[in-house]
Amino acid sequence: MNASAPAAVLVRARGVTLRFGRTAVVEDIDLDLHAGEIVTLIGPNGSGKTTLVRALLGLVAPTAGNVAWKADLRLGYAPQHLTIDRGLPITARRFLALAGDVGEAAIEATLAEVGAAHTADAAFQELSGGEARRVVLARALLRKPNLLVLDEPTAGVDVAGQAEIYRLIRRIRDRDRCGVLLVSHDLHLVMSATDQVVCLNRHVCCSGRPEAVSRHPEYLALFGSLQAPALAVYAHLHDHRHGPSGEVVAETHDG
Amino acid sequence: MVEFAVRALLAGCGLAAFMGPLGSFIVWRRMAYFGNALAHAALLGVALGFLLGADPSLGIAVVCVAAALTLIVLRRRGRLSDDTLLGILAESSLALGLIAIAFLETVRVDLMAYLFGDVLAVSDADLVWIFGGGAIATAVLAALWRPLIAATVHEDLARVEGVRVVPLEVALMLLIALTIAIGMKLVGILLVTALLIIPAATARRLARTPEQMAVLASAIGTLDVALGLAASLAWDLPSGPAIVAAAAGVFVLGLIAGARRARRP
Repeated sequence: MNASAPAAVLVRARGVTLRFGRTAVVEDIDLDLHAGEIVTLIGPNGSGKTTLVRALLGLVAPTAGNVAWKADLRLGYAPQHLTIDRGLPITARRFLALAGDVGEAAIEATLAEVGAAHTADAAFQELSGGEARRVVLARALLRKPNLLVLDEPTAGVDVAGQAEIYRLIRRIRDRDRCGVLLVSHDLHLVMSATDQVVCLNRHVCCSGRPEAVSRHPEYLALFGSLQAPALAVYAHLHDHRHGPSGEVVAETHDG
Repeated sequence: MVEFAVRALLAGCGLAAFMGPLGSFIVWRRMAYFGNALAHAALLGVALGFLLGADPSLGIAVVCVAAALTLIVLRRRGRLSDDTLLGILAESSLALGLIAIAFLETVRVDLMAYLFGDVLAVSDADLVWIFGGGAIATAVLAALWRPLIAATVHEDLARVEGVRVVPLEVALMLLIALTIAIGMKLVGILLVTALLIIPAATARRLARTPEQMAVLASAIGTLDVALGLAASLAWDLPSGPAIVAAAAGVFVLGLIAGARRARRP
């Protein structure tokens, strides 16, 4: 692949507006998602992040504007809340097999990759919040997607685990050259793990490289500047990694 | 004596066996009240069948399917919650059914038989309905199994992964409508939902995958029917209520056994 060639557009949104009744939840959004690029959608609660994601996935039709998808787009999606009725018995392994034609070996390998190998035969409903997030991420990865859409991929995951998951997302992007759309509100972690940040508050307030967005007046008005020291403090924290059961596995210097 | 008992056993066990997987879906998708509403609507089908001089089973099937389709349309556009819509549909169609039956002056309809079923009066035609309808329903369900499980686990995820959810839902509702139409002949309008959900609920505790639960629900349902019929013959109990009471008894035994196992260190 030629590095200087422009990356393929996977999803193109133009003038996307969604109204529920008379209230606009998101308004006039232009957004392109490219292969090999990590885009993070940030915004306060109720800013329309999840609604916009649902429109980009084709789960809701926009009230106005349009969304176009690349013809061979293969989506991997990890929704924000995934609870399964307690009346439905299902192991993590069986949940992952629902991704499509995937073999046992692929399931085992992907679970190991997300650090949840020990959950394979556990009932899904009995997983902890963090374990469930990892299993749902594995389901998205198993589809070998060329666009990975992760709505709050680290909600309920402990701090060290969050860094580990963002590192994994970057690694997968580097390996498969897939596009990645993240939704998040844990800003300091996301800042270091993303190429583009789109700051949403019903409309796109500002977007660009993370360093530029973090200095943008609209961003500061929404989130304040308190995040900056948190980022600095955090950078010193991850000098080692934890395995699935919390043990320190290796010194790493790639972060 | 022996012949009608064997016939009842055959009908009841066949019904319970094919109800297992469908009952499991009703439990997973919280559709118990949907089943109940369809069963109530079935009485209207009985009356229409008599009024038009057709087989009541056919009337029941047509009305159940019509009620299911009405619900699908109403829930997609309405502002009312599902349980409210179901309540309206269930009670108003039951009322219409009772009124229609009151108009049938020339035919004496054995209302009790339709409300509570009559397993011991199973005809050859009923057996054909049960085994023919059951085989068709099971085949359709098997063909749709994986996407239907995916859509039941998480609808959005299934849609993003390319599953067309709406046709699947319609198919499932129609299968349930057909099952209720067949099952109410045996255990009656008021009890048929119980035969769908109690064996499935009993199986839940023993199963680790959806497939295990579906198969166990069939097995437990068959056992429930056999126990209920045996009790019905031995003590001259009404057969439909005896079957449902047996199912409830097995469910409670399962709860107690589960609680004892949990208490053991």
